[in-house]
Amino acid sequence: MDKDFATRRRRDLIIAAVLTALAALAPLFIKDVYVQNILILTLMYAALSQSWNILSGYCGQISLGHALYFGIGAYTTELLFTKFGVLPWFGMLAGGAVAAAIAMGLGYPFFRLRGHYFVIATIVIAEIGLLLFQNWEWAGAAMGITIPVRGDSWLKFQFMRSKLPYFYFALVLCSLAWFVTWWLEDSKWGFWWRAVKDNPEAAESLGVVVFNSKMGAAAVSAFLVAIGGAFYAQFLAYIDPESVMGFQFSLLMALPAVLGGIGTLWGPVLGAAILIPMTELTRSYIGGSGRGVDLIVYGTLIVLISLALPQGLVSLFSRAKRKGATR
Amino acid sequence: MGLLYGLIAVGLALIFGLMDVVNFAHGEFLMIAMYVSFFLFTFFAIDPLLSAPLVAAALFVFGAVVYLLIVRFAMRAKANAGMVQIFSTFGLAIVMRGLAQFFFTPDYRSVPQSWLGGKTISIAGVFLPEPQLMGALVSILAFAGLYFFIHRTDFGRALEATREDPGAVALVGIDKNRVFALGWGLGAALVGLAGAIMASFFYIYPDVGASFALIAYVTVALGGFGSVFGAFAGGIIVGLVEATTALVLPPSLKSVGIYAVYLLVVFIRPRGLFGSM
Repeated sequence: MDKDFATRRRRDLIIAAVLTALAALAPLFIKDVYVQNILILTLMYAALSQSWNILSGYCGQISLGHALYFGIGAYTTELLFTKFGVLPWFGMLAGGAVAAAIAMGLGYPFFRLRGHYFVIATIVIAEIGLLLFQNWEWAGAAMGITIPVRGDSWLKFQFMRSKLPYFYFALVLCSLAWFVTWWLEDSKWGFWWRAVKDNPEAAESLGVVVFNSKMGAAAVSAFLVAIGGAFYAQFLAYIDPESVMGFQFSLLMALPAVLGGIGTLWGPVLGAAILIPMTELTRSYIGGSGRGVDLIVYGTLIVLISLALPQGLVSLFSRAKRKGATR
Repeated sequence: MGLLYGLIAVGLALIFGLMDVVNFAHGEFLMIAMYVSFFLFTFFAIDPLLSAPLVAAALFVFGAVVYLLIVRFAMRAKANAGMVQIFSTFGLAIVMRGLAQFFFTPDYRSVPQSWLGGKTISIAGVFLPEPQLMGALVSILAFAGLYFFIHRTDFGRALEATREDPGAVALVGIDKNRVFALGWGLGAALVGLAGAIMASFFYIYPDVGASFALIAYVTVALGGFGSVFGAFAGGIIVGLVEATTALVLPPSLKSVGIYAVYLLVVFIRPRGLFGSM
């Protein structure tokens, strides 16, 4: 363990703690519900993107089907709650467990595939999940599930009057996803993943069990994304297949990490902090015309950023930091 | 229908096979082609069938321009090349959808009373819809033409050579960018052809491409990346699977069959049926 790396990690942890503390104080100054809403979504996507980054960034297995795990988290929680009265807190963990199990079950055949074949397989499996949920009568089919209002309580994780509890939960989730990434980065797994990403054959020959390390990354990633899905379902109080399992979620999880810097610790947070407010603001200020100007602006920015900064926005930061990251 | 899927997919396969770039705006190319065909009909009363060559020509130019303006730069990326390509073409797709909404409004449009629309023809007691039949015919012709083009003309050979070794090609005086631009043009022209045919029997709206794009990717991957013939065969398989699934499962689940077949094929043959990459 060289000293630079250790110093950088300690510094990252301090920065994260300060940012979290600052974010926790934000609602004291921001009373506007619309802005709070944007903050919640930003934190949620930062968390999702951070989780996506574990499998796709660190381990290099690009998935564009993470909407499946998001939807499974949402559906497991709400089906348990509405059909069996299980509290969302348990449902959330159950959803995470189910998603992780599915990710590992799918990983078994999927991780034999390479490159575009893998990416397309992930898109396709999420699409199959979406179609099945749209046709599954017991789970509400295309109509979805409306979560019954039982009054504000932490027990049922349901709040009608204020958005603040959701904000704090999203903040905790985001910090958790960041911390898990931070912790894994320096663990045996983290090193294995980067080895698998760079050169699976060489990694294998040096004793890395490639298959198992991909499975581990998939399980952690799916678990965290499913928790995010459960949160989103409680936050909206209504879910239907398209709104929790649609392809756009797979993209919205990947985009912040890609724009911010794929396979980096800060990339997803930075990407989400810029992308999500931008999306929401373009949508509400110039999207009202219904004529697609928001899409034009949004798409152009994606093209420009991805062309101009292939390593993401993180690469703009100091050279010393980059040296540490690519060490 | 399968042959039309094949035609859409061949354009994508050509671009992919040529330079290992997946064009995530392929569905939007199709959408643009359908609109061009629609407007040619509305303003000049040219039937989609006749305007197909014009649409193909327009898309050829469009494809070449997209290459020169965006993809050329995306290919230069030193890091994360794959992600840059995915997201720059994906961003382009969003812009195109936005532009279509802006200029054409999100309304559903269709070409009324085209020569082919809604007519059926009876062959040996089996009723077949004329537009689909015509689409199949055009697809076969286009594929034959493409085959001839790649294997028999100088440009086709330049295309193949550039694919195999861009460096060596530069040494014998072929401009890589020109070949790639023409390749993109050609790929776009093929999807233009498909769009023109489909304009006579599909609704036209800004998001129409999305529903075909995923099927096109699956088709190409099913056939195997790097194989133009594979994409065509993939198209036929996809068409057949879709029709069979529609008999067994409710219509809303018809795509599940296609996806399941794709997964099955790649689990057995991880590079698709005829793939080399």
